[in-house]
Amino acid sequence: MSQISDVKAPSTPRPAAAKTPVLEVENLSTYFFTRQGIVKAVDDVSFSVFAGEKLAIVGESGCGKSMTALSVLRLVPNPPGRIVAGRVLLDGKDILKVSEAEMRGMRGNQISMIFQEPMTSLNPVWSIGNQLSEAFMLHQNLSQNEALEKSIEMLRLVKIPEPERRMSEYPHQLSGGMRQRAMTAMALACKPKVLLADEPTTALDVTIQAQILDIILKLQEELGTAVVLITHDFGVVAETAHRVIVMYGGKMVEEATAEELFARPLHPYTHGLLGAMPHLDSMDGRWPEARRLQEIPGMVPALVNLPKGCTFAPRCSFATDECRAAFPPRVEKGPGHYAACWHSDRLYGGG
Amino acid sequence: MAEGGTMVQASTASAPILEVAQLKVHFPILKGIFRRKVGHVYAVDGVSFSVGPGETLGLVGESGCGKTTVARAVMRLEQSTAGEVRINGHDILPMGKAELRPYRREAQIIFQDPFSSLNPRMTAGDIVGEPLFVHKMGNKKERLDEVASLFDRVGLRPSQMNSLPHQFSGGQRQRIGVARALALGPKLIIGDEPVSALDVSIQAQIINLLMDLQEKTNISFLFIAHDLAVVRHISHRVAVMYLGRIVEHTDKKTLFTDPLHPYTEALLSAVPIPNPTLRRKKLVLQGDVPSPIKPPPGCHFHTRCPYVMDQCKVECPPLVEVKSGHWAACHLRQPEAQAT
Amino acid sequence: MSATVKNDAVADETGLGANGGLGEFKSDLALAGAHVKNRWQMAWFLTKRFPLGMGGFAVVIAFCLVAAFAPWVASQDPLSTNPGISLAKPSWDHLMGTDFMGRDLFSRVVHGSKTSLAVGFGSTFLSVLFGVLIGLASGYIGGWFDLVVQRFIDMLQSLPTLILAMAMAAAMGPSLTNTMIAIAVPRLPRMARIMRANTLYLRELPFVDAAKAMGMGEFRIALRHILPNSLAPLIVMASTGLGGAILVEASLSFLGLGVPEPYPSWGRMLSESAAEYVRTAPWLVLFPGIAISLAVFATNLLGDTVRDLLDPRERTSN
Repeated sequence: MSQISDVKAPSTPRPAAAKTPVLEVENLSTYFFTRQGIVKAVDDVSFSVFAGEKLAIVGESGCGKSMTALSVLRLVPNPPGRIVAGRVLLDGKDILKVSEAEMRGMRGNQISMIFQEPMTSLNPVWSIGNQLSEAFMLHQNLSQNEALEKSIEMLRLVKIPEPERRMSEYPHQLSGGMRQRAMTAMALACKPKVLLADEPTTALDVTIQAQILDIILKLQEELGTAVVLITHDFGVVAETAHRVIVMYGGKMVEEATAEELFARPLHPYTHGLLGAMPHLDSMDGRWPEARRLQEIPGMVPALVNLPKGCTFAPRCSFATDECRAAFPPRVEKGPGHYAACWHSDRLYGGG
Repeated sequence: MAEGGTMVQASTASAPILEVAQLKVHFPILKGIFRRKVGHVYAVDGVSFSVGPGETLGLVGESGCGKTTVARAVMRLEQSTAGEVRINGHDILPMGKAELRPYRREAQIIFQDPFSSLNPRMTAGDIVGEPLFVHKMGNKKERLDEVASLFDRVGLRPSQMNSLPHQFSGGQRQRIGVARALALGPKLIIGDEPVSALDVSIQAQIINLLMDLQEKTNISFLFIAHDLAVVRHISHRVAVMYLGRIVEHTDKKTLFTDPLHPYTEALLSAVPIPNPTLRRKKLVLQGDVPSPIKPPPGCHFHTRCPYVMDQCKVECPPLVEVKSGHWAACHLRQPEAQAT
Repeated sequence: MSATVKNDAVADETGLGANGGLGEFKSDLALAGAHVKNRWQMAWFLTKRFPLGMGGFAVVIAFCLVAAFAPWVASQDPLSTNPGISLAKPSWDHLMGTDFMGRDLFSRVVHGSKTSLAVGFGSTFLSVLFGVLIGLASGYIGGWFDLVVQRFIDMLQSLPTLILAMAMAAAMGPSLTNTMIAIAVPRLPRMARIMRANTLYLRELPFVDAAKAMGMGEFRIALRHILPNSLAPLIVMASTGLGGAILVEASLSFLGLGVPEPYPSWGRMLSESAAEYVRTAPWLVLFPGIAISLAVFATNLLGDTVRDLLDPRERTSN
């Protein structure tokens, strides 16, 4: 039955124990070579995640956040796309350099991913049990029976009722929320070090969304997995992430802790985005109840043949010639708070 | 019976533009070679509300609650099973095609998907001008002028009238949809999730556009959405639907600060809020939404309700005015209603 | 419910106006990734990307021109017999030689193109026209009407072309029109089915709802909204079917069931000469045979290219 849980605690601070990040991405760039030109889907992206930490990558459609995750897993569609630069260190080892066979051994095992559309990411002709036990048999070399047993346990862990019965059911027999739980179970089956979640709740109703996020976070805490949550929903970011990265036009424009980002965004894009959202609460008076929402003029750019300079310049009210000439460097504007902008101070009346 | 006797009234004193009374839409499920009726999908099961001039009524709920079906039924895009839909006082449900035609000019609709709501083979100008053509309004030159003015009103350049839909962005396509809806000068526009498929920065543009239009022309909106923050921003009154029925209906301020129905409570606490320092009570509902083919007896929500009582499993709670202007369908609140 | 946020990036501006019938084609080109400024650039772009298809297109155009200007291309009368020069080898006087009756083969082949193309295009046109009408009505009206019409279509599809042609020849005597009908009828169901499938898909789309919401009549909706959006698969079907139609005409004429005597037909030319003269006067078999093969091959190439160009799966999304 449904219950009312206690007052929700704010996001716990980064675990102090971890010293080295479990996942480190350095200057990752993924380009697509198309007939129309080069699409810089991911351009010089760097971040790191510690064990047990939750990092959110947030941005609108076409900003490159999904492609970043796919690049980390080396699942970039190869004829048009390619990872052209950068390193991805999983526990210190550069997984961009390992062989494909070794990489396959890591996917689903040490680093796994949950996708947005559970219907298309679960194979419709195999039963849930089949797909789940496949992960166990592949990576942990268990016998079929052992794998089935572990699968039932996993289903129970993600709070699917009557897990034994569900094992023989097919994806279309489950609701969207159930499918997403099954996918979560598959992703966490081998207790990976890193979990990439690409918009896991976007296609779900809001009450189901709450359930799924709840499960992902509880499991993550239990297993100590690092989570990279990709989303466009700032609400989800605020409620789940320790740290946040904002992406625009394939580039990172801001990085900060969740509190810092919402309290004092230092990039005009982030600032504009937070002002463009209608708020259910008035955010402690920070975003006053304006009748008109703050608009960001223009549209999200097509990623092909981007002009040089800041990708946000065409839409930015603070843009100067300097901005159009070159992409601003990522500068630490505050403790742990980075922004790629020359005019951050003008956001709050300075400059 | 889902409703109490009286219909929910609009907050304004003047006559409502739209009045919906006990609307039911049940889709028959046909199986077999002879298409026998084996059951029904109770998509809309007794819904009543009204929208006054210059007012926005937000209709929220999750998938399967029937809000889109309500919109389609009001626009006569779907066959209703029972009930009344009154536009400017006239019940349009029993009307034949010819009789219905003039009423088409009173109410129009905007759709969710900017990509499939425009005919890809027609120019933007033709799309917006088509309603004028169908209703034989003005000659060709007058129609062109009107289309240019509509483009202007929604923030598009008249020079774009000859472009095809795929040459516009999602937000611009939505503007074309708004222009098309405005062409006949309706008093009511139904928005079926008009901003759900847009990026946040574009959403803001369209929301502002709609609100500006309302300010200038006193047009009414029936705004259907699942995003509570957007609904709160744009609506005057809000109605919450669950599995084909309205469970709560009040003005927006009250709904978000003092919800009476447990489902509304759950909905509000499930919505993620972009404020990391906020502390609030979280009500996480278990289970999934039941199927509208076999809705639970009594109160539809009882299978997931944290306050469920025995009465809820057998008796369907009527929508009653618990406090002034605040309606809720819940047995828990019944005594309060009787007290007032 | 899907809260998927769509890509808001704008499509490339192609710089083309959308006026005129070519506008739609241009928009399809734009979707296929072209950047063209005028007609010639478009032709050049197409040739670069689809060399085979453009080659086929050129050959088909050539055939059409030959058929249209047949009396000027072939100076000699295809029907006049001259037993004195029968079975003459190809020479400057008779580019393809003469047949057993002394008729100039070159002019017979040239005039034969008229027949083949007429029947090919004619039967394709008939099957498309009626297929579209039936499919559109069936898909849009639905219900029992759809059920009944679909069974009727099934019936039509089961009629073998050969038997139908024989029956028609027996009942009404062989003629150009009867041949066209005999070829068109068994092909009609395919067109009808495709049109129906398209209609079923399109009528659920929101822009059709919008048209209904503004009070548009059903008939106009079908014509203005459903039909134009079904053109692409129809064009594909028609162009790929053209080659087949030409081949079927040749086969029917070969069997004597197709176009009757005065009209020259490649198929009949083959049947008249294949058995008896293939060793002594091989040009009698070679040239008509090449003509048939070339025509069919070219139309098939064209059809493939049209399909590549217009098939929605080929389109790059925005």
